[in-house]
Amino acid sequence: MSEITERSPQAVSPAGEPPAKRVPGPLRSALNLLARQREATVFVVAVVLLLYFGIKYNSTFVSQTNLANLLSETGSPIMIIAIGEVFLLICGEIDLSVGFVYTFAPFLMHYLIDFYHVPVVPAIIISLLFGLLVGAANGFLTVTMGLPSFITTLGTGFILLGLTLTTSHAYPATIPTSAVGIGRWIGAAPWSQFIWAVALTAIFYVVLTRTKWGLYTIATGGNQLGARESGIKTGRIKYGNFMLCATLGALVGLQNAFYTNTIDPSAGGFQPMFYAVTAAVIGGTAMLGGQGTILGAFLGSIVLATLLNGLNVAGISANPLDIILGAAILLAMIVNVRLARLRAAGRN
Amino acid sequence: MTAEPTPTVAADGSGDVLRVEHISKRFGAVRALNDVNLHLVQGEVLGLLGDNGAGKSTLIKIMCGFQIPTAGRIVLEGQEITLKSVDHARSLGIDTVFQDLALINELTVYHNMFLNRERTRFSLLNNRSMRRTAKEQLERIGVDLPSVDAEVAKLSGGQRQAIAVARAVTSNAKVLLLDEPLAAMGAKEGAMILELVKDLKRQGQVSIIMIMHNYGQALEVCDRINLLQHGEITFDKLAKDTSVQELNDIVIEEYRRALAEREKSA
Repeated sequence: MSEITERSPQAVSPAGEPPAKRVPGPLRSALNLLARQREATVFVVAVVLLLYFGIKYNSTFVSQTNLANLLSETGSPIMIIAIGEVFLLICGEIDLSVGFVYTFAPFLMHYLIDFYHVPVVPAIIISLLFGLLVGAANGFLTVTMGLPSFITTLGTGFILLGLTLTTSHAYPATIPTSAVGIGRWIGAAPWSQFIWAVALTAIFYVVLTRTKWGLYTIATGGNQLGARESGIKTGRIKYGNFMLCATLGALVGLQNAFYTNTIDPSAGGFQPMFYAVTAAVIGGTAMLGGQGTILGAFLGSIVLATLLNGLNVAGISANPLDIILGAAILLAMIVNVRLARLRAAGRN
Repeated sequence: MTAEPTPTVAADGSGDVLRVEHISKRFGAVRALNDVNLHLVQGEVLGLLGDNGAGKSTLIKIMCGFQIPTAGRIVLEGQEITLKSVDHARSLGIDTVFQDLALINELTVYHNMFLNRERTRFSLLNNRSMRRTAKEQLERIGVDLPSVDAEVAKLSGGQRQAIAVARAVTSNAKVLLLDEPLAAMGAKEGAMILELVKDLKRQGQVSIIMIMHNYGQALEVCDRINLLQHGEITFDKLAKDTSVQELNDIVIEEYRRALAEREKSA
């Protein structure tokens, strides 16, 4: 971290210091890259953090178990939910309810298999489709009824929480034995969550940057009226992104249940959602719409997971950990904002 | 009103690319347009003038499919059409540059030019092809830009207007509707847009309706002038048969009349 903050004033000044012949080529071009690529800042932050913990707590931090924990168990849920949040934030919305889809989806699978004797695969598919349904409801309330999504998803989130607690009587359940096998593919195997996260990140990176859907998502958040005047169905874009986000929430909920081998009514909730939004914003996604990056959110998730995991490895107890986490988030954002200004200045 | 509408083409309207007949539009109790008749001759530039609130933007929004008229019909190339959306109008060849330009600041010039008409290959955006074509088309209509890769947010008002016009023109529009293309534009940039419109007129493939405020500029670039006042077309003359003086007189007379009316009722 400190390395970045020391560097950034230097990065801000080049316009001011006239010929600047002292700056050698590689450093200058590195600064240029930092200034131009949105993802570059968060990439550097992630690398610095990984190096710091890797060198300081060598054997414990770099062990395969710990890396699996960092990237797969801690990082992947953030990465996957962040994909949905990035799409929503870009088109000018947010989903606060996604963590409660996470909570309810594995319960739904459990009810279907154990109480309604639905075969495993359809039960899992229906649980994922439930995410789609919640997303559609969020879309209906936001787009069609005109509520701000902050309120919409707060409401649907609480409804889902209540639904989980009522139907489960607030007791955890075990994974149905018939689902254990397929569960390894979904999330129980040590690296499976991370493989899902990487694959989904790659797919939605392409969707955002190389397809009409991605372009229209940016257009919807950048200039909704203009997008509509151009004939883009902005309501449909928002519906779709709500459905994407909630479905990813359902997937992560199932993954977590399989990984921990229990279906827990206290899993999910607001925390994974806030982590995902934080990761998205650290990665360079604007809260006001129109701008965002999937790769940045992925790297932002690694930053968050590294902090969570690394501070844990460092033996910092759970209570002050949040203080450090909060401060680190702010620091990362300050660096981001400074570099964004530099970017804007550089283009003119 | 003093001026008689003067027909400029055969009475059967055979030379018209677009006819708007008996169009009315109400917003609740407010009557924005009242029995408006307007026609656009193939290849001409029609200037639509009128005070703020006269209904010019409403009329444009109806002709481009953004709003549905309360009554009346629209005839494109002799065929009556019912416009369902901007997209629909565009597919029929009526393209619009709105006052807000409908540009997306966060996207590049070429993505804006192809917005909602993107070229794809295997359902991925074909950026290379769009970039190349955008560059060619901007060159062809004489718009000078630093780069088609620039984000639109970084461009000047005139450049943004030019991109919006270029986008509409290059979609093979038959009818181009320009909603105050010269609003909030400096002299140099305004001249650039006027040149662009004149070039389009010379190329002769597109017929244009322009909403304007400045009579001098309107007479410079338009073939014919229509005046819209309190929701009605009150004046229709060829540009060569009228003058800034005449247009001014009509508007001032109208202004005095409205003033007198208000005093009477007060």
